[in-house]
Amino acid sequence: MQDILNIFVKSIFIDNMIFAYFLGMCSYLAVSKTVKTAMGLGLAVTFVLTITLPVNYLLETKVLKQGALAWLDPSFAELDLSFLSFIMFIAVIAAMVQLVEMVVEKFAPALYSALGIFLPLIAVNCSILGGSLFMQERAYENIGQATVFGFGSGIGWLLAIVAIAAIRERLKYSHVPAPLRGLGITFIITGLMGMAFMSFMGIKL
Amino acid sequence: MKPKKEGLFSKKNRSLLIDPMNANNPITVQVLGICSALAITVKLKPAIVMGLSVIVVTALANVITSLMRNMIPNRIRIIVQLVVVASLVILVDQVLKAYVYDVSKQLSVFVGLIITNCIIMGRIEAFSLGNTPWKSFLDGLGNGAAYGGILIIVAFFRELLGNGTLYDYPVVEWMGLYDLGYKNNGMMLLPPMALIVVALIIWVQRAKTPSLIEKD
Repeated sequence: MQDILNIFVKSIFIDNMIFAYFLGMCSYLAVSKTVKTAMGLGLAVTFVLTITLPVNYLLETKVLKQGALAWLDPSFAELDLSFLSFIMFIAVIAAMVQLVEMVVEKFAPALYSALGIFLPLIAVNCSILGGSLFMQERAYENIGQATVFGFGSGIGWLLAIVAIAAIRERLKYSHVPAPLRGLGITFIITGLMGMAFMSFMGIKL
Repeated sequence: MKPKKEGLFSKKNRSLLIDPMNANNPITVQVLGICSALAITVKLKPAIVMGLSVIVVTALANVITSLMRNMIPNRIRIIVQLVVVASLVILVDQVLKAYVYDVSKQLSVFVGLIITNCIIMGRIEAFSLGNTPWKSFLDGLGNGAAYGGILIIVAFFRELLGNGTLYDYPVVEWMGLYDLGYKNNGMMLLPPMALIVVALIIWVQRAKTPSLIEKD
């Protein structure tokens, strides 16, 4: 139980997708103009991360890893398909996003129209694929850990984008040097927030 | 009257190659591909390798999708594009593992993340689906090179100021600055400084080209 909790806290604060690895920066910068849309995108990313990571975890341990196919036939024990992992992961993610889109459209049309264009765009959000690749690199022990890692990363991403959106809403009323307006100042603020988040690094879990 | 055939390096084609360097820079103006741009710029070597990989993938992906542009059904184009890009990235990844294993280890997941690098998808969506292969190739080359250029500038400052080396050569030590009491700024090696260096590049660029300043 404790390891699950550790992974959860670690993925939100210490290994934050935005502040420690800069994953999903494109949509983070493009969609952080108002808190409301930022919240919608953050929730969608969290949701997709939480459902794609366990699927990709099963794919990794049961199909792709060296010897992972041994359950099918002992003669596959030496087979190493891990060079296929990029294409498999991205296919799973694209399919999942499509599925989520259809389900949301059918059962929650209000949410669907609120999320609008963001849902299909999530397929190419780096933080989703990044989550799967980190999961592969860090070799989590079981599917529960992988799922919690996905959920935690999503929450961390949500936290970051909502925070920057709130700051940007306020920033409209301040005097920023003209060439820094918009993009430049957002970068600097993200950098400062990243420094603040670095103080979590001292926590040993 | 027969229209004059356009030369391979006509003015329009040249601008495809050169525009991304400044007025239409993918990182500082179009805001694409930031994700990987920042995490791997601690040192020059991985930044150069990453820049080259992205140039190769962008140019080839642009050519391939441009050749297929009349065959791809509109509804499933994203998946088709992802498959093309993912296959190219697998190729690049295997080549890196074979020839520069240590750099490939340093880049870790970021080679895989070239797939979701917004520059590549963005250029395919915005350009190669509507243009001929040669133009798409130039466009891919230009955008990839502009991306690599920013990567190298950021990595140059971070390695020089943070580590006192350039491409692993101890430049600061040769100049004898340490004897004068100079100290490396370890802060430059930490992730947040990458953002601030990019912000400074944006500042300089927009101050020089006022047409890029955002109104708001």
